[in-house]
Amino acid sequence: MEQEKYAHLEKELSPKPPILKNVIKAFLVGGLICLIGQFIALFYITFFDFTERTASNPTVATMIFLSMLLTGFGLYKKIAQFGGAGAAVPITGFGNAVVSSAIEHKSEGYVLGVGGNMFKLAGSVILFGVFSAFVVALIKTILVKFGVVSW
Amino acid sequence: MKNGILTFNSMPSIHSAGVTAGPLEKKKSVFAQSFDKLYEDERCDLPTNEDGHKQLMYDAVMVALSKAKKDVEKIDFFLTGDLVNQMTPSNFTAQALGIPYLGMFSACATSVSSMITAALLAEAKQANWLIAGSSSQHNAVERQFRYPLEYGTQKAATAQWTVTAAGAVLIGQNKPGTPSISCATIGKVVDMGMTDPLNMGAAMAPAAMSTLSSHLNGHSKTVDDYDTIITGDLGSSGFKLLKALANEQGLPHTKNFRDAGEEFYGMDPSFFAGASGAGCSAAVFFSDVYQKLQKGEYQRVLLIATGALLSPLSYQQGDTIPCIAHAIEISINEVSMI
Repeated sequence: MEQEKYAHLEKELSPKPPILKNVIKAFLVGGLICLIGQFIALFYITFFDFTERTASNPTVATMIFLSMLLTGFGLYKKIAQFGGAGAAVPITGFGNAVVSSAIEHKSEGYVLGVGGNMFKLAGSVILFGVFSAFVVALIKTILVKFGVVSW
Repeated sequence: MKNGILTFNSMPSIHSAGVTAGPLEKKKSVFAQSFDKLYEDERCDLPTNEDGHKQLMYDAVMVALSKAKKDVEKIDFFLTGDLVNQMTPSNFTAQALGIPYLGMFSACATSVSSMITAALLAEAKQANWLIAGSSSQHNAVERQFRYPLEYGTQKAATAQWTVTAAGAVLIGQNKPGTPSISCATIGKVVDMGMTDPLNMGAAMAPAAMSTLSSHLNGHSKTVDDYDTIITGDLGSSGFKLLKALANEQGLPHTKNFRDAGEEFYGMDPSFFAGASGAGCSAAVFFSDVYQKLQKGEYQRVLLIATGALLSPLSYQQGDTIPCIAHAIEISINEVSMI
């Protein structure tokens, strides 16, 4: 049998991913995580001396802390299996990527194991995140210089 | 041209079998009752996953030996393999046992490739007693081939779950009334251009089909000669493809086909398409199938273990997934020709 014919057969017989169902679940899980984040931000603004802008740092730290706990107790992977991108895209997904790698490599020691591997999944998020932030800032700076937009 | 076809006129026998499995398998596997030793801890109360992996294999060998009342010193060769880098769990088991050792690698088809090699050594009268087998440990294998265990990612319905299990068999010269090896077929590596490591069943099904048709043609057998033809770990989606390929290639029916991977966790959807891993075929072949042969429920079976010969590096570099399958025929009450 030729490869193309087999690929066709494989497509026909393999279970199809339930895209609509997955999108709805991702929306609900992602939305719920962001809603929790919003409450935490409001908590910092209401009870501490933070503004809407400065509250983001402690909020992010709290969300990562919660995701660390969930990862450690083996719950985050269950949330992610249900929620897909809804669990991967928020900051908690980033925290999960770092912590899961750290746990995985603990048996190889703290320096070469945990230290050397904890960013093996999150490293590319940091790299491309910083790089795209740089590009966006560069474009905005140029546009501001030419008076197209203002800060 | 032999085309991978092997015949064992002396019909080496499988004198005993030992299967060990982890805590999840104890709870979820439909075969748990047939396994010999089950652990409460996935690392067998040892510090690392790889230590636990080794212990699974070691204990499976010890169970097989104790059932046949044989000492380690009596064993001439030890042939096993697993999926961890450089096969350290098997190597370390061999160190602990102190039996002359050959590491075997056919990915998840190692259960059968090791049995075939053992049968060849027995047939050549180069050994009286041999141990063959294979094993896998979920955590140790997942960390190598996929993401960290606790990393949250959504797996598709075609994904499979690597089992924590090990199986070992004691092979020796023919003994009437014992399940015996009459012939085998070494498979060719087949690559149908599949690229998704989370759909290994689809990649392996053509290899299983290729070996099955070589075996039937080479040994002049038909599907009906077997009480069951059982594949190793195609999972539900790969097994469906194998049956479709079989129908297309003119095999009239597939009602006596089974797949160890599909059955392993009782089709529980939380394990997606079913079980996989070098321990999957070993655990089912050496427990359920072996015991049914002993009881006479099966007279003649064909075991086809399937393996995906990829590495994390190969698929990240864009290579497709080459696969292999090896077949071995086991029967009871057939008289050896020597």
